[in-house]
Amino acid sequence: MASKSINITLKIWRQKNKDAKGQMETYTLNNVSTDSSFLEMLDQLNEQLINERKEPVAFDHDCREGICGMCSLYINGRAHGPDRGITTCQLHMRLFNDGDTIYVEPWRSAAFPIVKDLVVDRSSFDRIQQAGGFISVNTSGRTMDANAIPVPKVNADKAFQAAACIGCGACVASCKNGSAMLFVGAKVSQYALLPQGRVEAKERVLNMVRQMDEEGFGNCTNTGACEVECPKGISIENIARMNREFLKASITSEK
Amino acid sequence: MSNSALIKSSIAKKYWMAITGLFLCTFLVGHLLGNLQLILNTGEEGRRAFNEYAYFMGHNIFIKVLSYVTYASIIFHAVDGIMLTIQNKKARPVNYVYTKPSANSSLPSRWMAVLGSLILVFIVTHMANFWWKMKISEEIPLHTYKLKIDEHLGQSPNIDYYYTHVPSVNPIPKDTAQIEEKGTELFLKSSNLKLAEGYRDLHTVVMDFFNPDVNNLALLYLLIYAGSMAVLGFHLWHGFASGFQSLGLNHPKYNQLIKRIGQGFAVIVPLLFALIPILIFIK
Repeated sequence: MASKSINITLKIWRQKNKDAKGQMETYTLNNVSTDSSFLEMLDQLNEQLINERKEPVAFDHDCREGICGMCSLYINGRAHGPDRGITTCQLHMRLFNDGDTIYVEPWRSAAFPIVKDLVVDRSSFDRIQQAGGFISVNTSGRTMDANAIPVPKVNADKAFQAAACIGCGACVASCKNGSAMLFVGAKVSQYALLPQGRVEAKERVLNMVRQMDEEGFGNCTNTGACEVECPKGISIENIARMNREFLKASITSEK
Repeated sequence: MSNSALIKSSIAKKYWMAITGLFLCTFLVGHLLGNLQLILNTGEEGRRAFNEYAYFMGHNIFIKVLSYVTYASIIFHAVDGIMLTIQNKKARPVNYVYTKPSANSSLPSRWMAVLGSLILVFIVTHMANFWWKMKISEEIPLHTYKLKIDEHLGQSPNIDYYYTHVPSVNPIPKDTAQIEEKGTELFLKSSNLKLAEGYRDLHTVVMDFFNPDVNNLALLYLLIYAGSMAVLGFHLWHGFASGFQSLGLNHPKYNQLIKRIGQGFAVIVPLLFALIPILIFIK
């Protein structure tokens, strides 16, 4: 398919720092190749801004192949932009037309404070993980071979699907309540489904949910927006599993 | 920790929303079956049957207990819902400039709080119109009727008789000179002799409420009622299946079934509720 060039108008959230008051700024960008990715288009904008001796737009990115979970951006009213099952780095300019106006905003959540422009601080996710998103393994040198423990194929697959979560935060960004239930549900599920994870299952779900609440994420209304926008297609079945785990743990936990 | 987790945590709040919400769904079924008697039984027989039913609902001890659980559920569901909504608003202090929620979620699922608030307003007006008059202010007159065998008894054919609680008791003439009403009880005037217990005529109150010949505002009331049922339908459209998900009852074998039952419930129950005043209105 032959590439072509389009001219676009960008409306981008600019905010100097965490405490500054931000606002939307309008930029015109010409000769954008439809073969370029969305992030390459932003690189092109930043080159233009630097040449004009203006402050470039700060945005998160790292691997640029949809696996690190670093890129974010709320594009034209949707997390990671139009199209499904992709991160922003996998979004291409061929989905846009000549003359389009594109809105680019940061993730909006009390638990994801803005660092600068489009960059948000997602360390609340790290703290949730640290509260219980792990299994304690004895590394004395005589660890058991994981393959020696039988795991039903269905459970292994579901655990793997849950573990595909890259922690990008699109679920929180898309949720009308800014809820992190899909993220925490996936992290709880990936362990809850496996025998190794059962050992600490009760404390894990209680601690991770408590941390999630403390970080100021919203509650789940079961709208299902998160699973639609999740670049890894993680199902809200994982949220239900977390709800079951939490109920069991709340009733039967020793603490 | 576990004890407070079952009350304070975000997930526990959703359990309570689900439990009270699904309980209120069963209440809707019971209420609907009661209301359907208004159109299934007609004439004097229907009026008697409905008023007897209303008396039973107000006096049976098990129904009474169930009614308190229902009041508590409504209040809890509303308060919990308001608390959740406030927290949810706090979780996103700055809104998006441009957002396109229709791309990933259904309208009722995003409007649950608004729909629920409208339903709460309806419940308040609904209870003021019927429940309050029946139970608190006791404005609803006793069930009286004209006896067909007037002449045999040698009474004036225009006199009203009380419909009383004990079928074997002779009809009691509505003679204010001799009979005194105390609540639903009928006494011989200026004595403590209880003659019988009458039924409150809730049937006539409801029929008149939606009858344009009797009530000038019947059309307005009908529109408010039918509109409220539509709101209820949208609330249930999302709420029914959502309750199962909140309780963790998600399984690929049953998800579609639960969703379809919920959607069927959301259409059929409010539709039948609304059909009753419509039929009364056009009759």
